[in-house]
Amino acid sequence: MSPALTSLRPDLSVIAQNVEPGARVLDVGCGDGALLAALRDERGCDARGMEIDPANVAECVAKGLPVIQGDADEDLAFYPDASFDYAILSQTLQTTLRPAVILEELLRIGGRAFVSFPNFAHWRVRLSLLFGGRMPVTRLLPVAWYETPNIHHVTVDDFRSLLDERGIAVEKSWFLNGDKQTSAAAANFRAEHAIFLLSKQR
Amino acid sequence: MATAPTTVASETLTLPGPLQLDCGRQLDRVDVAYEAYGELSPARDNAVFVAHALTGDHYLASPHPITGKPGWWARMVGPGKPIDTNRFYVICANVLGSCMGSTGPASLAPDGKPYGMRFPVITIRDMVRAHVALLDALGIKRLHAVVGGSMGGMQALSLAANFPERASAALVLAATARHSAQNIAFHEVGRQAIMADSAWQDGDYYASGNRPEKGLAVARMAAHITYLSEAGLTGKFGRNLQDRAEKTFGFDADFQVESYLRYQGISFTDRFDANSYLYITRAMDYFDLAEEHGGYLANAFRTTKARFCLVSFDTDWLYPTAESRNIVHALNAAGAPVTFVELSAPYGHDSFLLEVPALDRVVTGFLDQ
Repeated sequence: MSPALTSLRPDLSVIAQNVEPGARVLDVGCGDGALLAALRDERGCDARGMEIDPANVAECVAKGLPVIQGDADEDLAFYPDASFDYAILSQTLQTTLRPAVILEELLRIGGRAFVSFPNFAHWRVRLSLLFGGRMPVTRLLPVAWYETPNIHHVTVDDFRSLLDERGIAVEKSWFLNGDKQTSAAAANFRAEHAIFLLSKQR
Repeated sequence: MATAPTTVASETLTLPGPLQLDCGRQLDRVDVAYEAYGELSPARDNAVFVAHALTGDHYLASPHPITGKPGWWARMVGPGKPIDTNRFYVICANVLGSCMGSTGPASLAPDGKPYGMRFPVITIRDMVRAHVALLDALGIKRLHAVVGGSMGGMQALSLAANFPERASAALVLAATARHSAQNIAFHEVGRQAIMADSAWQDGDYYASGNRPEKGLAVARMAAHITYLSEAGLTGKFGRNLQDRAEKTFGFDADFQVESYLRYQGISFTDRFDANSYLYITRAMDYFDLAEEHGGYLANAFRTTKARFCLVSFDTDWLYPTAESRNIVHALNAAGAPVTFVELSAPYGHDSFLLEVPALDRVVTGFLDQ
């Protein structure tokens, strides 16, 4: 594996290694473009992004990445059906106004979707709430309730039940504990972070 | 290597054939005045065409012959600058209908007299046709990029849409795909000010030695307000009085903002022709890129292979961000690679011409590919 891929944030590294080379990819909430640049440079992808923060967009443009300043809640509607092979939503689902609608949009635009999020049922989060009696502030959820952009906290099990309800198939899943991958067994309790590769159920 | 830009000082090309216009007429013996900076590569693939705005000209990065001021985008174009003349061969041409060397209403018609109002009504696409004819003459098949702000952005969009094989990239700043009712309304105020000036003489004023300077100055004053932000005007002038301690209870320029606008209006008449102002504002008002392509803006970009970058400014109320987003959505629908950012800058529509460091980074990054 190339150094450019391993230096990515762990969830992005998993995604980058599992995107087919040469694919058309839309990264929704692409931040400073680290994943896009890796996909373009290491995987030969046609990688495009959407990002809400103008400073991040300017940084992406300076790297030569095609990124649109936009809001996933509003601007995904303007992409045609199946215009990408993959849509990626990393650590953004829990910040959106209507996560279920966003999931449907991702699968409409891309044939498949990578979605990653911090697991609100991780044991540290549970202990923090159980014993602290306050909204948890942990390594992956470092911001207090009144300032956090995370308005729709979600657990691995919650997410799976939403997928069932919407007829969305899980092609593959990965779970991270710290920066290491962990098994799917008891992931709802043990994983700090979950990554799913999704497609529409046939 | 920070050397002075290599300049081919103000060449004028007479187009070899007639120019067919959207209005159905054609113009013979069209002159296109232009300046070029840098060196064209042996493969002729490093050309960047910069399209100027309504009252701009081809003095992009070299001093203006009338005002003596630096080129209108000297901060952006030059050796080591975002549009780097050490790397790119940068061309800027005076638009058709203007008055700085390209054929316009002040030019002589075949009968030896100035066209005046006999000049055909032109469009943004007609301006682009003249640019493309210039590129043909220079032997440039495909631009590395076409770049423009405001009306220059309209030309960049029009070139990418109507001549999709001629540009690999289009950089469109503070622009719109069509003029809104409000845009047209402001232009109509300016045109009426010119035409209400008795010196206008139905546009046939060139031989009289009496030009409609008052009307043109008022047109410029009204337009100039639309280029600035309310906060910018307040910050610069507030309600400050001009060289006096008290209001005079008269109609002199008591306020600094009045004095500033009067100066902007009067100095403009030294360098611009009133009829050109009528014709170019008309071309902008007629601009509707969707209308040219069956009513769907996305259709305008179906065949383009170019990369696009659109930039809007948060204080621009002339062509607000929603207009750029409209273009971005159409480009997305057409599958074109597009970058878009709304930058924060205090200067209103004119921000694209002024000191906005974030814009420099965007331009550098986009042209670098």
